[in-house]
Amino acid sequence: MKVMRCPVNGWRPIQEFSYGGAFRPMPQPGECSNRQWADYVFHRSGAAAVKKEWWCHLASGVWFIAERNTSTDEILETYLHGEDGHHE
Amino acid sequence: MSRRYPEPRMFRCPDRLKPHYDAVIIGAGGHGLAAAYYLARDHGIRDVAVLEKSYLGAGGTGRNTAIIRSNYLTAEGVRFYDESLRLFRDLSADLDLNLFYSRRGHFTLAHSDATLRTMRWRAEVNKHLGVDSELVGPEVIRRECPQLDLSCGGHTPVLGALYHPPGAIARHDAVAWGYGRGASQRGVEIHQQTEVTGIRVQGGRVAGVETNRGFVETGKVLSAVAGYTPAVMEMVDVRTPLEVHPLQACVSEPLKPWLDTIIVSANLHLYVSQSSRGELVMGAALDPYELHSTRSTLDFVEGLAGHLLELFPFLGEVRVLRQWAGLADMTPDFSPIMGKTPVEGLYLDAGWGTWGFKATPVCGKTMAHTLANDRPHPLIEPFRLSRFEEFDLVGEKGAASVGH
Ligand SMILES: Cc1cc2nc3c(=O)[nH]c(=O)nc-3n(C[C@H](O)[C@H](O)[C@H](O)COP(=O)(O)OP(=O)(O)OC[C@H]3O[C@@H](n4cnc5c(N)ncnc54)[C@H](O)[C@@H]3O)c2cc1C
Repeated sequence: MKVMRCPVNGWRPIQEFSYGGAFRPMPQPGECSNRQWADYVFHRSGAAAVKKEWWCHLASGVWFIAERNTSTDEILETYLHGEDGHHE
Repeated sequence: MSRRYPEPRMFRCPDRLKPHYDAVIIGAGGHGLAAAYYLARDHGIRDVAVLEKSYLGAGGTGRNTAIIRSNYLTAEGVRFYDESLRLFRDLSADLDLNLFYSRRGHFTLAHSDATLRTMRWRAEVNKHLGVDSELVGPEVIRRECPQLDLSCGGHTPVLGALYHPPGAIARHDAVAWGYGRGASQRGVEIHQQTEVTGIRVQGGRVAGVETNRGFVETGKVLSAVAGYTPAVMEMVDVRTPLEVHPLQACVSEPLKPWLDTIIVSANLHLYVSQSSRGELVMGAALDPYELHSTRSTLDFVEGLAGHLLELFPFLGEVRVLRQWAGLADMTPDFSPIMGKTPVEGLYLDAGWGTWGFKATPVCGKTMAHTLANDRPHPLIEPFRLSRFEEFDLVGEKGAASVGH
């Protein structure tokens, strides 16, 4: 069984989590151009890499960040937004 | 017999890359090979190399569940896929190869009022554009597929279906091999084990491609690499909205023929047909998160088997023979991305997600036209890459997510 560590609830089966997409800084909608906004809304860095992503632990509603290798599906770190990684 | 009358090779394998080609196609999947075929046959452009990092048909082309249909939701989609269906009908004769093209009738079951509503919408769009497609009640489903338990064990009864009589299946490998042979006979070179590692651009124009076997000069490059598109487009710093997810499938052990229709249930995330070898060919929804790997999971077969038994309870003793996965390059609007790119001479055929096999012939035709004329074919104009920054999407989700 594949498991993931929720920063609040600890190790849980992957089925308890939902993927929320890549973590991307949002440009200010009122200040950026239409093109920049479209780039933010639609475009992705779609090639395989270690990526920072939003995930949600469904049972408890905790949203957090995971760093994951999208070629091997190895989850390197998970932590709450605002805290950085590098600690268990 | 085979020693005295050896089967000729399907395509030539030149051992050396030439320093220059008029056009280079990245990816020997169905789309790349079909484009090469029509470039040579219809446009007289024969000095073409198809470069494939692995073997012919290694990508989605050899991994799909081979469903062909045109009952989409948007007018743009219906016109495009219907042209593909039309091309598929004579393709065996055209390529002089039996593709086992088999018309089955395609049922997309509705287990809820909301699904029924989308199906009525699709049926009306389809009929308006001359596609044989209609909303039918349980009686018709019972007549065409008597083995199906319409009550779904009382759990989520089937209320009706979108019925598309021309829905078909074909041998996917044969499609790729047929196009490959036809292209090769007309002078196209197919190079396997040849990976494109870079695209050289000079003054905003394509100058050639870097490969693991050296540099090749060319003024026209078609990227037809489906699930690998983001990596290729990164070589020229062009951003796309693609997100890659695995799509899994499996087959059962061969059974006596009993299922001659294609059954899809969006609510149960399941689709099934029976191949000419007797195997049940089955698939489900996309894997839930981004992953560039063709690993298989037990989760997938477990979930699929549960849903299959709701529709066909008598299959309880049947065993799964094989399972596998392929990469689906998903777009936000579930329509493909085709045509020109910001780099002159670089053309894109991508965004094939879970629905690109059926489009193989029409993609080949329209991309060949686009390369030859440096102008998008009218059928693919709505699918241009720039539609996203123009906020002019072609919303096909209702028809393409698990519909195949
Ligand atoms: C399980 C599954 C079921 C499906 N079922 C259906 C279905 O029922 N109906 C339907 O219409 N569609 C279906 N699809 C979708 C369909 O398979 C694909 O959309 C289609 O095969 C894409 O074909 P293609 O020729 O564009 O790409 P591919 O067949 O993926 O070919 C791309 C090729 O490019 C090569 N390549 C990649 N990068 C490079 C590089 N840098 N240099 C050289 N070569 C490179 C790859 O090795 C590969 O051979 C399914 C897909 C899957 C995975």
